[in-house]
Amino acid sequence: MNAAGFPLLSLLTFLPLAGCAIILAVRGDDAVVASNARWTALWTSLIVFALSLLLWVRFDQANGGFQFVESLSWLPSIGITYKMGVDGISVLFVLLSTALTPICILASWESIQTRVREFMIAFLVLETMMVGMFCALDFVVFYIFFEGVLIPMYLIIGVWGGPRRVYAAFKFFLYTLAGSVLMLLALLAMWVAAGSTDITVLMKTQFAPAMQTWLFLAFFASFAVKVPMWPVHTWLPDAHVEAPTAGSVILAGVLLKMGAYGFLRFSVPMLPDATAYFAPFVFTLSVVAVIYTSLVALAQTDMKKLIAYSSVAHMGVVTMGIFTVNVQGLSGALFQMLSHGVVSGALFLCVGVVYDRIHTREIARYGGLADRMPAYALAFMLFTMASVGLPGTAGFAGEFLVLVGAFQVSFWLALLGSSGMILGAVYMLYLYRRVIFGAMTRDELKTILDLSPREIAIFAPLVLLTLWMGIAPSHFTGFWDASVAHMVDHHQAALAATIKLAGIVK
Amino acid sequence: MSWTLALPEIVLSCAGMAILVLGVLARENAFRMASMFTVGAMVLAAVLVMAGVPGLGYSGMFAVDAFSGFVKLLILAAAILAVILSMDYIEQENLRRFEFPVLMLFATVGMMLMASAVNLMSLYLGVELMSLSIYVLAAFARDDLRSSEAGLKYFVLGALASGLLLYGISLVYGFAGTMSFGDLGRLLSDKDHASTGVTVGVVFIVAGLSFKISAVPFHMWTPDVYEGAPTPVTAFMGTAPKVAAMALLLRVLGGPFGHLLAQWQQLIVLVAIASMLLGSLAAIGQKNIKRLMAYSSIGHMGYALVGLAAGTPLGVKGVLIYLVTYVFMNAGAFACILAMRRRGRAVEGISDLAGLARTDLGLALWLAVFMFSMAGIPPFSGFWGKLFIFQAAVSQGMWALAVIGVLTSVIGAYYYIRIIKVMFFDDSAEAFDARPASLSVVAVAGGLFTVLFFTFAAPVEAAALAAAKAIFG
Repeated sequence: MNAAGFPLLSLLTFLPLAGCAIILAVRGDDAVVASNARWTALWTSLIVFALSLLLWVRFDQANGGFQFVESLSWLPSIGITYKMGVDGISVLFVLLSTALTPICILASWESIQTRVREFMIAFLVLETMMVGMFCALDFVVFYIFFEGVLIPMYLIIGVWGGPRRVYAAFKFFLYTLAGSVLMLLALLAMWVAAGSTDITVLMKTQFAPAMQTWLFLAFFASFAVKVPMWPVHTWLPDAHVEAPTAGSVILAGVLLKMGAYGFLRFSVPMLPDATAYFAPFVFTLSVVAVIYTSLVALAQTDMKKLIAYSSVAHMGVVTMGIFTVNVQGLSGALFQMLSHGVVSGALFLCVGVVYDRIHTREIARYGGLADRMPAYALAFMLFTMASVGLPGTAGFAGEFLVLVGAFQVSFWLALLGSSGMILGAVYMLYLYRRVIFGAMTRDELKTILDLSPREIAIFAPLVLLTLWMGIAPSHFTGFWDASVAHMVDHHQAALAATIKLAGIVK
Repeated sequence: MSWTLALPEIVLSCAGMAILVLGVLARENAFRMASMFTVGAMVLAAVLVMAGVPGLGYSGMFAVDAFSGFVKLLILAAAILAVILSMDYIEQENLRRFEFPVLMLFATVGMMLMASAVNLMSLYLGVELMSLSIYVLAAFARDDLRSSEAGLKYFVLGALASGLLLYGISLVYGFAGTMSFGDLGRLLSDKDHASTGVTVGVVFIVAGLSFKISAVPFHMWTPDVYEGAPTPVTAFMGTAPKVAAMALLLRVLGGPFGHLLAQWQQLIVLVAIASMLLGSLAAIGQKNIKRLMAYSSIGHMGYALVGLAAGTPLGVKGVLIYLVTYVFMNAGAFACILAMRRRGRAVEGISDLAGLARTDLGLALWLAVFMFSMAGIPPFSGFWGKLFIFQAAVSQGMWALAVIGVLTSVIGAYYYIRIIKVMFFDDSAEAFDARPASLSVVAVAGGLFTVLFFTFAAPVEAAALAAAKAIFG
């Protein structure tokens, strides 16, 4: 029943905790402990990544169902099982999480100097939570990982963050918790109605349309905050700006995907009627997010804040694609999630590189970096272009597919959605011009150094991935084509059944 | 009659009296010896509880069933943790008197009696035995003004609550003509016998017991007494008596007055909502960590009452699981609070925890675990307690209660994570004194229980369900 022959997903999920145990076990003076923590964390995350490549190799793309399924009796009397598995929708996000973690650890190698041991532990726990969340096939298991993410992330922002870190950490924690507890109630309601928390069972359960409305709203409260959608996005710029570079990367790369993944895993397949009913509402919010936050991004003077707002806009494209519920829209949304995970993560790393050197994120303090840092300028340009959605880079395929999907829903939706892409080009190119081009006016920039070998090692895989996703998008879409087709069929069938039922009642 | 039913209580009482004699005879170290013997006697009582055979005895006043066994084990566990917590504190504060553990022991006997009470009379006896011992314990630091004040305050208000309870009992007896739970249950199943007088009596009984669990609006004493009493006594009061009183409330409302569900349900809903709101809102401004724990316990009792309000075996199961998680995280948190000493003096300000993660990472991590758990963040045990509670409420369609509950838990999370903020984000203050091993033992025991609860949630859930079915439905 398991393609790997052993509980691969559980191993991926809990192996980082073994790394934590090793780090905790080491005693000695601070320098030894710190160095040990760095290397242990790096090796643990690399081993996890290597293991996760098995998923890439052994995943059966023709199968639209769940694979690598593991199931263990946990609380049998009340219908909770420990169940893990991946389908085409989740498998690449597991890989995204395991790939970004070693990159983040490498990126914090020198920039984190205080309490290194605690930082590495928090990061490995975070990896456990992220991977577990994407693998969970039981709602309670999912919820535990979904909420558990808050603990390490709260500490990462609060301990190693910038000057307003306390405010940002509280805002992040309470915003997301407030959303999640409402999802917990929805979980309980589904549990009571279906008698099980198994996601595969819940997907087959038909909930009454009136109940779906409430369940949808409860899920929406949780996932919309996590995505984040306008107008509940305000925690994101604060959290991004104050978090250390690695924290921002994971936040943008993986944590934002958790909300969109929630929509894909729960809202759309389990609540088809409510999804259809609320789709115009979600489209409106998405369009506002795309246009409004793009304009806000244009006005930013802080690099990280600019990229944070651009994340909100890009995630607006994702939610738009999800709620078109057609093959192109869903496929595009998934691709956009993946590419945004790579590209926005890389952009935060780009900011981190100059922040480590000059210790400011003010755009006005930079200029003319192309002279002193050609390699950096090249990498930054590639990621800027990818963020804009230039064909040949990762950003293109996702946005294009979403727009194709949106066109099938409404011309105006596609038009307004695409206006965000124009604005995206404006603010990203404007940012690039101000930072990289122009005259180098400030003295402290005159001695700035180009990428170090460690930084090249960080950027190289991201550059390759960005180009790969741009040139051969079908290598990635192939994973989810079967699952997406299955999801669309399921959705259409459920809607047709409801309409038929309504006809009978009349 | 089968007197062996009460064997654990009898053994514990006899041990208590023996320890008193020993304490008088012993020349030195009487306190530590008495504490050790108390722990030993409680462990023995726990073993006897586990070996207990179900039955009804003492003229139908005393019952042993799955429910009483579950609750007694929990009470004994809480009491043992509290005795261990108190050992070093009492010596450091120069309160070394061997009566201290013995008072805890007799309070525990009272609580065990409460868990087994199936008659309003034995109920009252148990409550009084517990309360009288705790009045003395609260005022145990008799040269300390705050402790004396706490004892007096608790006594005066507690006496009032006992009066209410007794008044309620007399009303029920007057209108129903019996005090036995079984007879009351049979009588009240007929609507004609459920007169207004009985309902008023039930309201008084609920009020009296609400005082003991410090549910709003009978909570006024809690912050002052928690703050004034010696910290190990606070730890004790915050765990075992809450369990015992809550168990009694479950048994009284579920058993004899189960048919009056419609009458008491609205009362419990109201009390639960008020407790959850006050517990989360009033704690925000607190600067003293013991006062904060007082408001936190008010909130926790509000959550536990949500399960009772559901009025189903599922709900009672939820309450019992909640109490299990509550006892261990509370005991662990108090172990951390007791470790807050600088230059031989106990400190209680939340700001005193500043930067604890730098000076003592182990302690900071455990306290963080307890705080996250109390806030209900998975995978810690506090989440499971809330999960079962809210499941019961949702399955009964009590949406208002459930929504208010989860939203207050978010407000409550604010002050729990504020403590974590002080420990991890702020600059460090002076380090605390080296802590005695006894505190580490309790902190680690409570911490492991809290962290690993998800691995043994299944047997706890099964036991709680069996216990709930014994009294409800």
